[in-house]
Amino acid sequence: MAHPLSVENITVAYHKKPVLQEVSFSVPEGKLIGIIGPNGAGKSTLIKTILGLIPKASGSIEFFGDTYKKQIKRIGYVPQRGTVDWDFPTNALDVVTMGRYGHIGWMKRPKKEDIEIAKACLKKVGMLEYANRQISQLSGGQQQRVFLARALAQDADLYFMDEPFVGVDAATEKAIVTLLNELKERGKTVLVVHHDLQTVKEYFDWVLLLNMRVIAYGKTEEVFNLENLQKTYGGKLAFLEERPTLVKENRSV
Amino acid sequence: MKEFFLQFQDPNTQWVLFGTLLLGLSSGVLGSFALLRKQSLIGDAMAHAALPGVCIAFLLYGSKSLFWFIIGAAISGFISTWLIHIIVKKSRIKEDSAIGIVLSVFFGFGIVLLTYIQNESTGNKSGLDDFIFGQAASLVKSDVILISTISVVLLLLTTLFYKEFKIITFDPSFAKGIGLPVKWFDSILIIMIVLAVVIGLQTVGVILMAAMLITPAIAARYWTDRLSFMIILAGLIGAFSGGVGTLISTTTKGLPTGPLIIVAATSIFILSLIFGPKKGLLQAFIKHLKLRKKTALNQFLLSLYDLNEQSLHSKLFSEIEVFEKRKISKSLQQYVIKELSNKGLISVEDGQVSLTDKGLEAAYELVLNHRLYETYLMHELEFQEVMSHKEFSISLLTEKEKQKLYQLLELHGRKPVLVPNSLRAHKKKVFIHEL
Repeated sequence: MAHPLSVENITVAYHKKPVLQEVSFSVPEGKLIGIIGPNGAGKSTLIKTILGLIPKASGSIEFFGDTYKKQIKRIGYVPQRGTVDWDFPTNALDVVTMGRYGHIGWMKRPKKEDIEIAKACLKKVGMLEYANRQISQLSGGQQQRVFLARALAQDADLYFMDEPFVGVDAATEKAIVTLLNELKERGKTVLVVHHDLQTVKEYFDWVLLLNMRVIAYGKTEEVFNLENLQKTYGGKLAFLEERPTLVKENRSV
Repeated sequence: MKEFFLQFQDPNTQWVLFGTLLLGLSSGVLGSFALLRKQSLIGDAMAHAALPGVCIAFLLYGSKSLFWFIIGAAISGFISTWLIHIIVKKSRIKEDSAIGIVLSVFFGFGIVLLTYIQNESTGNKSGLDDFIFGQAASLVKSDVILISTISVVLLLLTTLFYKEFKIITFDPSFAKGIGLPVKWFDSILIIMIVLAVVIGLQTVGVILMAAMLITPAIAARYWTDRLSFMIILAGLIGAFSGGVGTLISTTTKGLPTGPLIIVAATSIFILSLIFGPKKGLLQAFIKHLKLRKKTALNQFLLSLYDLNEQSLHSKLFSEIEVFEKRKISKSLQQYVIKELSNKGLISVEDGQVSLTDKGLEAAYELVLNHRLYETYLMHELEFQEVMSHKEFSISLLTEKEKQKLYQLLELHGRKPVLVPNSLRAHKKKVFIHEL
């Protein structure tokens, strides 16, 4: 069977300056994959390029062994929360219903069953009570969960999430992790842009260490080590170095 | 007044009125999208930039024809939008400055052309300067038919593509992600906004057309949090203003239509700003006042309870002493004393206050909730499972969780000591045993 996603030799450049260089990887089915790297490493750019939101200078991308256009209904996307105007006159349920728009088709109105699906998705992220609330009256974490619910409503097989853990409360983080694991159990594949190194081992099966190019890619226990992190972050990673030495000191005491 | 009704029966006035109603409707509807897409100023630039287009169309065609004027206006409107886009993209100039540059250059050029045309003796140039401030009375039947047709097409397209326009306005990258041709819809929407602007030029005028587009939409935003209602309401406000402006203008000599329409729309906007239930000023003020009063009452009871709790002997305290614990303004102080004694929660004698039995009950309830919340905040993470990310409320906790919270409360020494008699007697609540 074809991989849910295979990326070959993607290069992206803004104004001649390369942002991504010759990125290649393919993603196994039913895994949670973290995309890790420092600021400006091109993590969001990678996702956006894969989804065709940013033009690429070279490379090819296949979804389930097919083109993006043909598999578009199987692909779900959770953008960063800051990209939309939360003052928009709409409520939580309405935003989640937007996840169904791809299935509804042009010019048609959402049907009852679409609304039911949207409600079920809101319930899954614990937000059913807020269905009719105007979206600006939701907290940051709640907004993030509305976005997640919308992605669920898309009923995709391959998900891309751009920094879903940024600026959310502990409760929302927990809710997202539960949801990610549930998606995984249902055989879905999820790629998550992430930058909290502390939680990588806990959350993800596979990691892609990225800094303009792929530094390392593979199962978390094999790839997520100090050496690779050093390569990814250059000298910017002080705290990880300190930790092992602390352990050593403790041992010697 | 009689004259007014006579005028109203005139078929030409009826035509013009019909045209401006539809015009107001479509500009209100499309204005909602322009507003939400933060393109209000672009609408302004488009309208101003339409003037040279109108003049060039006149020079080429040789006489007044709304059809060619609309074509000319639409073309120069587009060029201006495109120029703004290019300037922002290719230079370091920001959008607001780019709009300023394009708007003034186009409008200035338009004025030059207009002056030139007026100084030329050839051709029938009457009515061309109506395009500056708008004059609905100068519309003839064929103009109205043209305007109405375009309006109806715009409204139909909006109804058909409502869902698509909504999602590309709210979240374009998500829209692209579900396979919508966002650029295509973007272009359609821009074309529609340009059309809504240009069909209004003769009635409203280039200077005020942007206000015609945006004002109804802003006014509507104050009344609803739903896009569909907002669009309908904006359309109605636009139609109403269009109608009112036209009626006054056609029945009174020498008054241009545009400013009258805008005065009508702006009046509705001001009413909405003050009385609108969503973020309206009055609503916000009343809410704030209510909150202040409620907080003042609660705080007084809390303070009085605290004082009672600290000195178990005396039950009488001076008002000043109580207010000293949590300070509030003088006017609120009077309100608090009056309101609480009216409710029978406190009794007042010569500036000395004490809690009545009923007051103690109320205060106890408040203090308990207050302190439970404090305790909850200190141990928030331990309760997260139960709260499942909702806002805190004791009723959401399970019995076991409640007991845990009460134990923590006791641990922190925050247990309210003064339990009202009624609670002691009836044991109204399970947790009373715990305390």
